[in-house]
Amino acid sequence: MILGMALINLVIRWPVYLFANHFRFPPIIERALAFVPVAVLTAIIVPTVLYPGDGTVLNLSWKNPALLAAMIAAAVSYFGKNLFATIGAGVVAFLILRWLLPV
Amino acid sequence: MAASEGTASEVMEGRSDTPGSEALRGLRDTLPFMFGSIPFGVIFGTLATGAGLSAWQTMAMSLFVFSGSAQFIAILLLGAGSGLWVVWFATFVLNLRHLLYAATLVDHVRHLSQAWRFPLAAFLTDETFAVMERRYRTQGGGPNAHWYYIASCIGMYLNWQTWTFIGITLGQEFPDVQNWGLEFAMVVTFIGIVVPLLTSMPYLAATVTAGLVAVIANPLPYKLGLMLAALCGIVVGVVLDISKRGLK
Repeated sequence: MILGMALINLVIRWPVYLFANHFRFPPIIERALAFVPVAVLTAIIVPTVLYPGDGTVLNLSWKNPALLAAMIAAAVSYFGKNLFATIGAGVVAFLILRWLLPV
Repeated sequence: MAASEGTASEVMEGRSDTPGSEALRGLRDTLPFMFGSIPFGVIFGTLATGAGLSAWQTMAMSLFVFSGSAQFIAILLLGAGSGLWVVWFATFVLNLRHLLYAATLVDHVRHLSQAWRFPLAAFLTDETFAVMERRYRTQGGGPNAHWYYIASCIGMYLNWQTWTFIGITLGQEFPDVQNWGLEFAMVVTFIGIVVPLLTSMPYLAATVTAGLVAVIANPLPYKLGLMLAALCGIVVGVVLDISKRGLK
């Protein structure tokens, strides 16, 4: 099982780099690739924040510390334009809010 | 110092791009993600031994598979009594996103030898992708950018092995590690990367779409919701982009 998983990972990760000299992506694909980071990262962030805990219950309430802290982090990122300030503010806000707003 | 000279760190960053300084910067910029994956490594180590894998098998999975999400799904499926093919299929579907990652970064590794490209491909994770995408976008390439890249890979790899190991040996003694809030460091790091990218309507629309679909599709098995959400976001972004600027 482990060997199979390792091989599958390699089969997905390697070929694009391996054959990098022999093909280029058509323009429409290159255009699409520009949207990969925002789309994938958002698709990871949003469920993590809105489905806290075991990931089965949607929590849109203002008592969800992850939601509030994520909004604070987004605001710090927008106005502060500094990655480390964003991470610091987000984590500190999360820890404080979780302590203030027990489930 | 005059404001136009920039901050001390900017001046420092502009000064040197030797392999060593690139590697140091790569490692430094990966640090938040290394912290962020601590709970995942520890929890994986704890859960895997609980799901029936031996300590050696658990360690081997981290060493050779090196894919947090696939490893978690595998032990989840194993615990539910799934067969080998289900585990392999889930690994495949879950990691399809790495095709997109590799395709996004390939222009920056095209000039390297195959001996470099292999490790850069095999060790490409969500975290290193996020770090590298940001680096190439904000600072461009550079003659030794691959040292920055490989340092990020090695940092993530050694970090993952360390915390898997600690999870195996000590995990039982810290059953509340899930509640430390460390994984939230990963979420806010991603937020700090996405927000500055939202500079135009198509990007904003792609993000909102991906977020909405991710929430609606969250109950889908094997994290298919993630793929679906990302694809919908990309399609919306491209369609708006083309209608705004035309194709080309």
